[in-house]
Amino acid sequence: MASAEYPLEGIRITDFGQVWAGPILSGLLANMGAEVIKIETRKRLDSVRLGPDNVERDPEKDPWFQCINRNKLSITVDFSDERGVALLKKLVKISHVVSENFSPGVLKRHGLDYDSLVKIKPDLIMVALPGAGSFGPMADLVTYGPSIVGLCGYDRMVGYEGERVLGMQQPYADVVAALYGAYSVLAAINHQQETGEGQYIELCQWEAATAVMGEALMESVMNGRNPGTLGNVQPGMAPHNNYPCQGQDKWVSIAIKTDDEWGAFCRAIGSPEWAKEERFADGFLRWQNRKEMDRLVGEWTRGRTHYEVTELLQKAGVAAAPCLSMDERLEDPHFQDRQAFVPIEHPVIGTGWVTSIPWKMSDTPGGVRTPAPLIGQHNQYVFGELLKMSQDEINYLVQEKVIY
Amino acid sequence: MPPKALQGLRVLEFAEFVSGPYCAKLMADLGAEVIKIEPPDLGDESRRRGPFPNDLPDQDASGLFLYLNTGKLGVTLDPSKLTGRRIFEKLVAQADILIENNPVGVMSKLGLGFDSLKTINPKLIMASITPFGQSGPYAHWKSYYLNTFHAGGEGYTLPGGIGWQMYPERPPLKAGGFIGEYNCGVAAATAIVGAAFGCLMCEAGQYIEISEQEVLASLMRTDLGKYNDGWVESRATRSVPIGGFIHCKDGFVQLIPLWKHMWTALVAAMGNPEWAGEARFQHERLMAGWQGVTRVSDDILRDREEANERIEQWAMQYNSEEIYTVVQRHGCIAAPVCSVADLFSSKQLQAREFIPEVEHPEAGCLKYLGAPYKFSETPWRIDKPAPLLGRHNEEVYCNRLGYSRQELVQMRRAGII
Repeated sequence: MASAEYPLEGIRITDFGQVWAGPILSGLLANMGAEVIKIETRKRLDSVRLGPDNVERDPEKDPWFQCINRNKLSITVDFSDERGVALLKKLVKISHVVSENFSPGVLKRHGLDYDSLVKIKPDLIMVALPGAGSFGPMADLVTYGPSIVGLCGYDRMVGYEGERVLGMQQPYADVVAALYGAYSVLAAINHQQETGEGQYIELCQWEAATAVMGEALMESVMNGRNPGTLGNVQPGMAPHNNYPCQGQDKWVSIAIKTDDEWGAFCRAIGSPEWAKEERFADGFLRWQNRKEMDRLVGEWTRGRTHYEVTELLQKAGVAAAPCLSMDERLEDPHFQDRQAFVPIEHPVIGTGWVTSIPWKMSDTPGGVRTPAPLIGQHNQYVFGELLKMSQDEINYLVQEKVIY
Repeated sequence: MPPKALQGLRVLEFAEFVSGPYCAKLMADLGAEVIKIEPPDLGDESRRRGPFPNDLPDQDASGLFLYLNTGKLGVTLDPSKLTGRRIFEKLVAQADILIENNPVGVMSKLGLGFDSLKTINPKLIMASITPFGQSGPYAHWKSYYLNTFHAGGEGYTLPGGIGWQMYPERPPLKAGGFIGEYNCGVAAATAIVGAAFGCLMCEAGQYIEISEQEVLASLMRTDLGKYNDGWVESRATRSVPIGGFIHCKDGFVQLIPLWKHMWTALVAAMGNPEWAGEARFQHERLMAGWQGVTRVSDDILRDREEANERIEQWAMQYNSEEIYTVVQRHGCIAAPVCSVADLFSSKQLQAREFIPEVEHPEAGCLKYLGAPYKFSETPWRIDKPAPLLGRHNEEVYCNRLGYSRQELVQMRRAGII
């Protein structure tokens, strides 16, 4: 089933994913060779096709959409029409996985929920990603990426040390949920291969965003303390911060844990007088006097570029790295060497960069094969070739705006 | 009892701190058998990180360790000694998967690189998680989590919105805790189970290497899209410049008037104050340059600050719940900013049985977190607490590898286990 390069070759996914979480989940599986068929309709476009970044307001030109939907196929089906529902059921019958991130209940209203679909495809694997879960007293909560991060307690930890909460202000929960979602689907595929049994997976985005803060939760459970804003601080480590460098908004991170590292750091920066002062003599004192030390380290870094500082300190065995902006990441020799970003040709947008796969497998690497689909680009392939519908039937449904 | 999804999979973990152990924990909770190898005496780094019950350091009761290592068998082993390496090889021979996150080159130096191990077990899947991956000019860089996080990209754009406006001169900020490490753990588990499926088909093992920097960079999606549009994301352009995390009577509340109709809704929720009617506080003006296309004038920056101050003055009269309920009802995105303690008292999470209790011989009975996924057929469960250091030496070395108890005593004296 699997070809050498793509471990999920032969796995077909009917993807109702919208916006971020669902499409990122299916995108991870598409990277590994799954055939992901994205269900769209012109009646109600995936809102990412018209995101705030889309300057020309052309749904075929959205760069965010392109980034997260490469490697997928697109078909247009209006499933508010019964005939559309029938079409999708045919597709589910020849799929292995259905993925969706609508609000709870939306697919059920159209007869496309797990209970209905499992009747036509008994070993179906289906994953849904409700914000707060499909049951429980708050199941109806209307969530939006950034609000889940606030809800889960995570935002409370983002801000400068001991100061006001600034929060992520990003739909970070979507990404985290998508990662857990991809993992859970693969685990279910694994189980299905062993036993032939499919199943339903409910992935609660709120819970996913919560699961990544183990130590903070244990602090609350063990000692009744609620972790607050910590900035770049790691208790016990100093220096441990970003320091200003030459240029506009350029920074380097430096982190020191042991006395040996501190010694190497001092030698690397030319053993200045201040570094020999008693107040920086050991880890505890450095930690206590970290604010003053941050200022002094910053005075040293200010005259150098972030790459210069990094090179000098890495050579001395001290952990340092440039804080990289997007353009720098694309030009960075390490990212380039590892081909972490790849250019891809899109018929409307032209050449654009997308992220490659964040892991390298020796035998089944996967890869970026196709750009994000145009709206309904694969109608002919899916309805004609896969579902073996006659051209007349397809034309009729197009005319009736069922395939729309 | 129904089988778990990864039942039958045998995982060997030679990893510490967060990413590798979390990856193996995810697999243990879904039924894989995980044997965790720790260095004798010291154990995993996370045993020293805490938090500790009552702030009393105890290597068997560190909160971070307990959270990341449920469901595993724990053994101690020093593979830099010949006997230790031979035992390691015997364990590899009985495993399907090896997860490790040692600095680049350590495994080869120990004679335990993939090329050596696959001669022992041709079907082995080995996954290495490191800050910058195994190849490329930075592969050997020393990196703590702070460095990896900021080299990945998210750091460069934090804090955006109100945070940048208040502190434009301050350094970029790390997100709280070790979120990037956890994400790398989930990404690694995803890669491994995907590879296992591929290997099941072609009956061969393979090597997977995961760069934490790349995982973090791949999770950023808005800034690459914007770059394709011709501009570079920075703190100045990230997040919504009006609203954000606003002080209220009992803490903070999050308000996100992303679109014009949402700003109108927020203004209405505040009772349509006179100031909001002024031309300089109109949505399109306050949001100008948000997409990075035009440069924002100092006037606009000042007006944004003033708008945020005025929103905050209003918010300070009410509690968070009063605010987000009324703002949401008017049609603007609004959300509570919960604390960790709020999670444990959440009726929603309780109803979903997301907060199981686990009994641990040293730390006692504590609340943990469940999994974010619920499988209809294959249960998720924490079968056992995190192991005490070397807790399963006898079970693994005697019962499975055939060493005698006397030999274990000798190996302990020799510092091998």
